[in-house]
Amino acid sequence: MPTSELCDLSIYVARERLRQRALSALELTRVHLERIAALDSQLHAYITVTAEVALEQARQADERLARGDDAPLLGIPLAIKDVICTRGVRTTCGSRILEHFVPPYDATVVTRLHEAGAVLLGKTNTDEFAMGSSTEHSAFFPTANPWDLERVPGGSSGGSAAAVAAGCAMGALGSDTGGSVRQPAALCGVVGLKPTYGRVSRYGLVAHGSSLDQIGVLTRDVRDAALLLRVVAGHDPRDATSLDAPVSDYVQELGDGADLCGVKVGVPREYFISGIEAGVESAVREALHVMEEAGAELIEVSLPHTQYGIPIYYLIATAEASSNLARYDGVRYGLRVEDTDMWRTFFRTRALGFGREVKRRIMLGTYALSAGYYDAYYLKAQKARTLLRQDFERALAEVDVLACPTTPGVAFRIGQKLDDPLQMYLSDVFTVSLNLVGMCGISVPCGFVEGLPVGLQLMGPPLGESTLLRIAYAYQQRTNWHTYRPPL
Amino acid sequence: MPRLSVQEVEYIAQLARLGLSDEEKELLCEQLSAILEYAAIINQLDTHNVEPMTSALPLRNVMRPDSAAPGLTLDEALRNAPAAQDGHFRVQAILE
Repeated sequence: MPTSELCDLSIYVARERLRQRALSALELTRVHLERIAALDSQLHAYITVTAEVALEQARQADERLARGDDAPLLGIPLAIKDVICTRGVRTTCGSRILEHFVPPYDATVVTRLHEAGAVLLGKTNTDEFAMGSSTEHSAFFPTANPWDLERVPGGSSGGSAAAVAAGCAMGALGSDTGGSVRQPAALCGVVGLKPTYGRVSRYGLVAHGSSLDQIGVLTRDVRDAALLLRVVAGHDPRDATSLDAPVSDYVQELGDGADLCGVKVGVPREYFISGIEAGVESAVREALHVMEEAGAELIEVSLPHTQYGIPIYYLIATAEASSNLARYDGVRYGLRVEDTDMWRTFFRTRALGFGREVKRRIMLGTYALSAGYYDAYYLKAQKARTLLRQDFERALAEVDVLACPTTPGVAFRIGQKLDDPLQMYLSDVFTVSLNLVGMCGISVPCGFVEGLPVGLQLMGPPLGESTLLRIAYAYQQRTNWHTYRPPL
Repeated sequence: MPRLSVQEVEYIAQLARLGLSDEEKELLCEQLSAILEYAAIINQLDTHNVEPMTSALPLRNVMRPDSAAPGLTLDEALRNAPAAQDGHFRVQAILE
């Protein structure tokens, strides 16, 4: 296995070396492609590796660097979750139904990465249509957790998280509908940021739950997350729900990370419940103690509707998904499995094109929206969603951020929860509320339980990304959990 | 809440244009019933006079100038089609 210290650099440091011409983009890209070639037969983080595209982009980056171009990600090799459209590069969504789909356009985030000079290493594995918490629901193969190959990397952005943790990408994009960036980040020991709903354009992100979906970033440290977010965030006329608010210089606003004096950290009591693994709780409590020692004031707060988050989420997300996935009918793109007539062709195409979790969610969502059940399930869930938002508004009126575990447990074994969908859904208990209320959150490494990473989640108000990043950065200045690497 | 019947599962699958095997129907009866039973805890909440939340954003209609801009070419739009002919998506006959 080629070990290269270049695969362990932060984006920030690699940028400096590239600018000083102490390192070429081509060399940096090559070592990453070599590492993927050596490790991905075990990890299965990538669905598609775009080696030729990457080498060509690296050459172009080197030319731009030679001209003194100062684009923010010039020559930085990154991975993109395979639910984000890349022009000319197959985008499968982890599904048979899109197995051969080659988008004719780039998602806005991909255009922004290109303009910033990034190099595309490939498209990462995901639960089918981003529906899952383990990446086992990919139609192609499960991804392994780099810390223990017998365990899941989390999901649905499990390929992105595993690639970043294993040094098979310097950073990655994921998507987060109910925790799909933060949860795999926690389980793989990397940083995962879900921005405020509307902060990053969804144009070209294949729709799952449209009122919940948000593209996020995965990196090995907080400063890199700030760097990537600055590139992809911002208003996009092609996404009517993207926010027309200025984008901060998140890197500069990190400050020196010296202390947390004057910062109020809310500790929601409902996020420290009996179902949480003891090792996870103690690692997160220790992280809270570190923040307190840095000068933060810890204040216990309550989010009383927390226990309703999972049912609200799984009713609303599946309702939206059942509607969004109606487009896969075998007419305009994707798989078509012909039967005796068009009507039967619809049924057969969808029967063979979708996997079991997607079918389950289409069924649940269709049920929740159907005549006679709409009021009892979908409308009731939307009203309950208002109550959940009021919880967050009340709590965040008193404190700057909320701090809690990202997940109730560490990475579970491949297959452990596969046959029990409700148990799988319950593993999202600490992440789904944030999507429902549309606010921002970040997971940062805060310890290990028997060699498996634990994530600390910070949640902030709408457009509170600078605050989250600043606090997470200060925490990271006082700890070294983000410097540990999996034993590959 | 009573267990979903196979007939109910078949009805929902018709609405969703989703083909299911007998085995899948049986499994979905069981799994959807368990999930819906769990979801029923939201009925404990008093939501009288609570407005439904449809979006996290305070946005209303977002308008843009009605100006022409380049879109996909015909070739690009048809490139992923399972079947195309004479610049159209080709499907099986839907009329006698």
